[in-house]
Amino acid sequence: MSLARRLIADAPPRTLWSLAVLLVLLLLAPMVLGKYWLSVLILILYFAYVGQAWNIMMGFAGQLSLGHALYAGLGGYIAAGLFFHYGVGPWAGLFAAIAAAVLAGAIVGYLGFRFSLAGVYFALLTIAFSEFTRIAFDHWTWAGGSGGLFLKVESGIDIANLRGGPPLFYYVILALAVGAFLLCRALLESRLGRYWLAIREDAEAAQAVGVPVLRCKLAAIMISAGLTALAGVWNAFYYNNLFPETAFAMGRSIEITLAPIIGGLGTLFGPFVGAVVLTGLGEAFTDLGEAFGIPGIKQIFYGLALLAIVIWRPAGVWPWLAGKLGVAGRPS
Amino acid sequence: MSGARLDLDGVGKSFRGLRAVHDVSFSVPAGAIHALIGPNGAGKTTIFNMIAGVFAPDAGSVSLDGQLISGLRPDRVCDAGVGRTFQLVKPFKGLSVLENVTIGALHRKRSLAEARDSAAAILDRLGLQDRRHQLAESLTLPDRKRLEVARALATGPTLLLLDEVMAGLRPTEVDVMVAFLRELNRQSGLTILLIEHVMRAVMALATEVVVVSYGEKIAQGTPQEISRHQAVLDVYLGEAEVE
Repeated sequence: MSLARRLIADAPPRTLWSLAVLLVLLLLAPMVLGKYWLSVLILILYFAYVGQAWNIMMGFAGQLSLGHALYAGLGGYIAAGLFFHYGVGPWAGLFAAIAAAVLAGAIVGYLGFRFSLAGVYFALLTIAFSEFTRIAFDHWTWAGGSGGLFLKVESGIDIANLRGGPPLFYYVILALAVGAFLLCRALLESRLGRYWLAIREDAEAAQAVGVPVLRCKLAAIMISAGLTALAGVWNAFYYNNLFPETAFAMGRSIEITLAPIIGGLGTLFGPFVGAVVLTGLGEAFTDLGEAFGIPGIKQIFYGLALLAIVIWRPAGVWPWLAGKLGVAGRPS
Repeated sequence: MSGARLDLDGVGKSFRGLRAVHDVSFSVPAGAIHALIGPNGAGKTTIFNMIAGVFAPDAGSVSLDGQLISGLRPDRVCDAGVGRTFQLVKPFKGLSVLENVTIGALHRKRSLAEARDSAAAILDRLGLQDRRHQLAESLTLPDRKRLEVARALATGPTLLLLDEVMAGLRPTEVDVMVAFLRELNRQSGLTILLIEHVMRAVMALATEVVVVSYGEKIAQGTPQEISRHQAVLDVYLGEAEVE
């Protein structure tokens, strides 16, 4: 089966049309939207993209990583460092960024999976790696140490070096999000994807029907890490600064997990839906906080809203929404 | 698909000094159906796990058609031609019945579409075709047992290890499963080794029975011989009438 046919295999025409319309709207968005709404849309796409990457591990293969900031941080630092020190543009630097993150993923994965760490124990390992990488970067002068690494802000648009305003970064993150969605769809419809689902459901039974469990888990973490590294590169060039305290922060790792958890673990649309809900709520509560003039009220409402979603829609918003829209069937 | 010969030679396994299985040897000729019986805790499932590669034996060897398989990982043992079910069933709960079996079939098929066709055919044979779009977690226990068999069969084995697939089935359901396995064995020549407490199934299916107790083989023979064997009556079957 050709790749194109595999991508649209048994997707209802109505879904394909809706997606096409959505894509056209997203492509036109920067011409219509103001600065504020464009920045909101950028945030949504960013969280959808990293969520999609993380979902490969947790949603597909059932392996909980709470240290994905490691891969985003490594990716960002390497591409930014190469640009800062040697003038190597990010389109070349991203290969080094991906390579480093994939290697880091392979190391974490091998240590965890080879010795059969599962569930929270594996998650602790991922946190540990992220944390000590943070400490290492605090002391690594090439990367700017704890003082951070800054990229020069330039006014013109220079696509070769990924320098430019929000519309440029919008289109890049849109391409990444769409690409990750298509990749995940293709992966799910492949042998590897089915093996991941089997491992997620029951690793012992999977191995008994011939699934090479260790190899499949390693593939999951390496693909996920590589994709996350791209988000890191994008992030570094969008914000123009990197600090170990934020790039490798626990909070960064947690926020990567939120969109797929809220949207629906293991589903293709979950990370998108989750990112819309999360960013929407975040922005709404920021306004609310300003209206009330009470500091910290945003976080309280945000937390309560997440709590409510997790309690009433434990499978995520998307499976419920899909049911309402009548596009249910196999959750995807 | 045809059967392979299974040989266990002096197989032993201890867990932290506790001797679970000691010096067990037996063979199942290609295309035969043998049963492994014995009281709870006798080491039957441990023997299965050593054949299936869940753990390597401390002593002795397991070979399939003369090829050494002990010490291989479970997925390699599956590659070598061993399909197995689990005593405590392990369906892929969140996936549909068809997907469960498709994943088994992927082992021998090149594409997902081919695997799905092959899985659908197997579900047909096991009478699960009406349930194929249900999630595996929604199945009743007898159906889950059948799903275990279907998924193991989908991998295209030459030796099928069945761990108490009759347990919890009603007598009529046992008869259906017995008929299915006998037909499968007759058609394909698949070698079958089953652990079973349901003596009705053992008597109907097995041409030979291996009895283990406290980790050791205490008897081997035809079902008729075993049902009259004094040591077996003492430790397992008791004096009650055996059909």
